[in-house]
Amino acid sequence: MENVKKRNFLLARIERLGASIIEAVEGLGRISHFAGRVFYWMFKRPYRTKLLINQLYFVGNKSIFICCLAGSFTGMVMAYQTYFGFKIINVDSLVGPVVALTLAKELAPVLAGLIVAGRAGAAMAAQIGTMKVTEQVDALEVMGISSIQYLAVPRVIATTIALPMLTGLYLFVGNAGSVLVGTKALMIDEAIYLNKLGEFMFMADIWQGLIKATVFGFVISLVATYFGFQVRSGAEGVGKGTNLAVVWGMISVLVLDYFLTSFLVHIL
Amino acid sequence: MLSFDKPAINMKDLSKSFGEHSILKNLNFEIPKNKIVTILGFSGAGKSTLLKHMLGLLTPTSGSISVLGQNLEELEEDELRHFRQNFGMLFQYAALFDSLSTYENVAFPLREFTKLTEEEIFLRVQDLLTSVGLEESSYYKLPSELSGGMRKRVGLARALALNPRIMLYDEPTTGLDPITTKMVNDLIVSMAEKNKDRGMTSVIISHDVKASLSISDFIAFLDRGSIVEYLPASEFAKSENELVKRFINL
Ligand SMILES: Nc1ncnc2c1ncn2[C@@H]1O[C@H](COP(=O)(O)OP(=O)(O)O)[C@@H](O)[C@H]1O
Ligand SMILES: [Mg+2]
Repeated sequence: MENVKKRNFLLARIERLGASIIEAVEGLGRISHFAGRVFYWMFKRPYRTKLLINQLYFVGNKSIFICCLAGSFTGMVMAYQTYFGFKIINVDSLVGPVVALTLAKELAPVLAGLIVAGRAGAAMAAQIGTMKVTEQVDALEVMGISSIQYLAVPRVIATTIALPMLTGLYLFVGNAGSVLVGTKALMIDEAIYLNKLGEFMFMADIWQGLIKATVFGFVISLVATYFGFQVRSGAEGVGKGTNLAVVWGMISVLVLDYFLTSFLVHIL
Repeated sequence: MLSFDKPAINMKDLSKSFGEHSILKNLNFEIPKNKIVTILGFSGAGKSTLLKHMLGLLTPTSGSISVLGQNLEELEEDELRHFRQNFGMLFQYAALFDSLSTYENVAFPLREFTKLTEEEIFLRVQDLLTSVGLEESSYYKLPSELSGGMRKRVGLARALALNPRIMLYDEPTTGLDPITTKMVNDLIVSMAEKNKDRGMTSVIISHDVKASLSISDFIAFLDRGSIVEYLPASEFAKSENELVKRFINL
């Protein structure tokens, strides 16, 4: 009796685990299918340049301030933390390049990606979700306009272009912050600081960050628009879709970061 | 079942299932040209699903549907999208693009599908908005600043912009107050009258029996995926069908 109970309990757990694995795989399948349709419509006329420019403005320009703010503080705090670690072994002259490399390869693309996933990704899912529940998406389709082409494509292209640019900005501002703290607060000699920066920092490091940011931008916007289109009913559905877009956008950034790193270190 | 010469829409043995759920069952249903036809039915009967088949947004599981003599199944995706320009549709909540003004909403299909100049677009939009009874003071308002009735008017003007051969109305009066309901019904009739010479068929989905009796030429009753009654409006009230009787006396 006791054994049977135990076995049923175990079976139920395994079943549930299996179900969630199947669900995850199905979800991945659906989003890949969605990606395929986005690609298909990306290269079909009419090209919607005006919508693209609007989205570039929204994703790009409107994230500049927050990226500058986050970037400068990231650089400043990194300089501090690195300095106190390096001072112990007397390599404080290397604070500059270490902060710069960390920013270029990891922090700038990942943090800018998280910011864009939170800000623009949420907005995209909310906009498309609202259009879905108010039948505006159907209205487009009834007119014979592809809602994927009209709504998803401009957002995906814009984010894929804008995120590497924001990452570049993040990197620049972050380094400015680190130089400021390093030379003015921590009193590292300015000439040494900049010299070491030039010695250890290479274009390949910057490329690594920019390539990552391009992939992040593509995936964040793909995930956000996907969850927007998945919204089925009501304001509650829009809230849920927005939430999923942000959560999965951010998780995708963090997970992809690992795989991209392990791939890019070999080819760059 | 009623049959017509060269119907605007012709369904032959049309069935649709979602998974195991059979939603439309073996429909043989013809909608005549240049008439107003109402499809009545309880909620969940499959009315919206039927409408989506007319638009080619859904494809039948079996059977076929022809619109204006064209079998929709024979069209490639691009051709089908293009073919939809034969349709205009008024959605239940108008489905106006909420980032665009009244004027831009109506101009939208003109900008997308015609090569009209700005001036020509202005004249056309003005003409359309006047015909649904909207004045210039509401041209540059956003949908959020319009009342439900006004939104319906804008939605109707937008649907009519490209001179559709078939106008679809999905529950045009559900959830409206009696005065706005009357206004929308009057508009449906006057738009049908106005576009008669050009040839325009109107298909209305509704559960408003009384209004349907007065504005339609023909009425069909859809119950759980089957057309159980289809009569000229003048005879519909005298239907012997038990379900229809119950629906009318609701
Ligand atoms: N895409 C779909 N997938 C699964 N079931 C659907 C889908 N669309 C509609 N249905 C089901 O079909 C039935 C009829 O829906 P619908 O055509 O919207 O009815 P009506 O418009 O008459 O109220 C409902 O039970 C609905 O749940
Ligand atoms: Mg419906």
